[in-house]
Amino acid sequence: MIRFILIQNRAGKTRLAKWYMNFDDDEKQKLIEEVHAVVTVRDAKHTNFVEFRNFKIIYRRYAGLYFCICVDISDNNLAYLEAIHNFVEVLNEYFHNVCELDLVFNFYKVYSVVDEMFLAGEIRETSQTKVLKQLLVYNSLE
Amino acid sequence: MPAVRGDGMRGLAVFISDIRNCKSKEAEIKRINKELANIRSKFRGDRTLDGYQKKKYVCKLLFIFLLGHDIDFGHMEAVNLLSSNKYSEKQIGYLFISVLISANNELMKLIIQSIKNDLSSRNPIHVNLALQCIANIGSREMAETFGSEIPKLLVSGETIDVVKQSAALCLLRLFRTLPDIIPSGEWTSRIVHLLNDQHLGVVTAAVNLIDALVKKNSDEYKGCISLAVSRLSRIVTASYTDLQDYTYYFVPAPWLSMKLLRLLQNYPPPEDPGVRGRLTECLETILNKAQEPPKSKKVQHSNAKNAVLFEAISLIIHMDSEPNLLVRGCNQLGQFLQHRETNLRYLALESMCLLATSEFSHEAVKKHQETVVTALKTERDVSVRQRAVDLLYAMCDKTNAEEIVGEMLNYLETADYSIREEMVMKVAILAEKYASDYTWYVDVILNLIRIAGDYVSDEVWYRVIQIVINREDVQGYAAKTVFEALQAPACHENMVKVAAYILGEFGNLIAGDQRSSPFVQFNLLHSKYHLCAAQTRALLLTTYVKFINLFPEIRADIQNILKSDSNIRSSEVELQQRSMEYLQLSQIASTDVLDPAAVSGAALHPARQ
Repeated sequence: MIRFILIQNRAGKTRLAKWYMNFDDDEKQKLIEEVHAVVTVRDAKHTNFVEFRNFKIIYRRYAGLYFCICVDISDNNLAYLEAIHNFVEVLNEYFHNVCELDLVFNFYKVYSVVDEMFLAGEIRETSQTKVLKQLLVYNSLE
Repeated sequence: MPAVRGDGMRGLAVFISDIRNCKSKEAEIKRINKELANIRSKFRGDRTLDGYQKKKYVCKLLFIFLLGHDIDFGHMEAVNLLSSNKYSEKQIGYLFISVLISANNELMKLIIQSIKNDLSSRNPIHVNLALQCIANIGSREMAETFGSEIPKLLVSGETIDVVKQSAALCLLRLFRTLPDIIPSGEWTSRIVHLLNDQHLGVVTAAVNLIDALVKKNSDEYKGCISLAVSRLSRIVTASYTDLQDYTYYFVPAPWLSMKLLRLLQNYPPPEDPGVRGRLTECLETILNKAQEPPKSKKVQHSNAKNAVLFEAISLIIHMDSEPNLLVRGCNQLGQFLQHRETNLRYLALESMCLLATSEFSHEAVKKHQETVVTALKTERDVSVRQRAVDLLYAMCDKTNAEEIVGEMLNYLETADYSIREEMVMKVAILAEKYASDYTWYVDVILNLIRIAGDYVSDEVWYRVIQIVINREDVQGYAAKTVFEALQAPACHENMVKVAAYILGEFGNLIAGDQRSSPFVQFNLLHSKYHLCAAQTRALLLTTYVKFINLFPEIRADIQNILKSDSNIRSSEVELQQRSMEYLQLSQIASTDVLDPAAVSGAALHPARQ
């Protein structure tokens, strides 16, 4: 299952943190710092997978943002790598060429996107068409 | 700042801009405190706030919290938002609660009441918000309160698809908190039949719930096997125009396929021959597709396709029953070993490790030895090299042990420190397991100590000594080899320990040669004495007393050492004691006392030397 999802910029600022297991605030902060330290030293010659405590992180960098999904060791790496990409494509469509600022100013909406595609630490919906349709419905409501 | 559309809260956007424009941490804190004071006064104010304003302020509080500042008010207002009929207000209320409220909060009863209301709403969007909140918090209290209602919602014919999706995963969350909420019998069949739902999103969500239920009680849910196989079969043979919404870069429902393949790994190969046949066909189709020219050059296409492929190979390995599939799987992985993408080489190495242990594919895996050794030497990502080590270890048998151990020793010379200890253990295990010639085994272990002495745990060098003691044919060789090893200018302390023990027992076997005469042996050992930790020195002293027995001609030299102040008056109690006792023993004329059996038999374990 997914343990957490993080979007961080290169400087280490968190743009989204979604947790699927219970950590207290101090632990969360520590994890965020550790993840940042671990992914920012990697480059093109490395894989997109990193062992992390007794889990693993599947990550990909998009411009200045690192999208990280922390999953169990036995989970399927490529499936989650593409789950990230699927999510990014939805954000891109939803925000019309998404940029970091969109995620900052509309942070509360990003959670809606996450909850459409992931829930309880698992993948909920994979069809971009369906997700976007639902998000547009939400946008149209008061 | 980006344009504020529709419901975008202008006040929030301005606030966020202000924060971003703060030039220092102090300025930021000042601005935040100002806002907190403003919000506090608005919340306490005479005029009741309308929904929009409450939403805006609660959202600001949430933003401040996410920046890293504690929020100690606003919870009540957030809970109030839950009773709004407006989606945007409810959403913010639920979000605040999911992020900020802990399970034992005193407002939890109110929250649960609001959730109850939304769960029974006619508006599926409200139901969905409630389900998502339960799934995000998933407390025991929620499990107890909603545990019986959610399954009903999930299987009801009136529930619409998007609500079912959320209900399935919400139930999964509650099940993880409180497994008893889904008793066997009642719901089993209907939950399993979600695999047949015409909405693939529902199936995608439900398969996770089913997997968790199967793991708890596989027998109860075994009806899922045939449904999973037929669903998988329909997906895998679909053309990419069939599954419109669920095709990703020309791959039909990759995530769902992957999950179904995982679900099947909870069971042995299907008993029903029809189901089994269909599954085998599926797996063959997946393997076939991997060989076809790709429909797209994009990495997303290949990743999605390969995600399914790797999972299929996992299932093939798990079933361990179709030699043809195992060999094909192995060949496919073999191709990936040389792929230009690091991700694929990594995953291929990892997967092949599992194949190596199956008797059907073990030989097929061995054919790739050279490629794996090359990977060990040339891969730039250390985690990939580690997988190569794991694979070499897994594919090792008596036909290739010497080669593989040799390659691993080579690699060890420059290996990352983080993996040395594990590698040392692996080499030691392989060397012992496949040794036909024990002089080779002794060489390997001594090389290990020489190359990576710091990472050779006690167990490893105790073992080599135990083996040498038990094998007469290798004792002389061992004595000679450690003697030579000691002559190296920089000699690892573990080497000194091993040499001390072996020479103490078998030094006599090489004492006839002038170059390794008793005196030479003693001097060589003693030249290391002052460089060693107390524990090692204690071991050396024991060796010296054994020498007194083996080589009476050097008794005086040894006694001089035992007598020396640094030993007799050593601040290390153990050294003092041994020196004294050994000195006394050496002064007793009878050789019976120092009989090798008496000295070493009493404490045969190297640890007690």
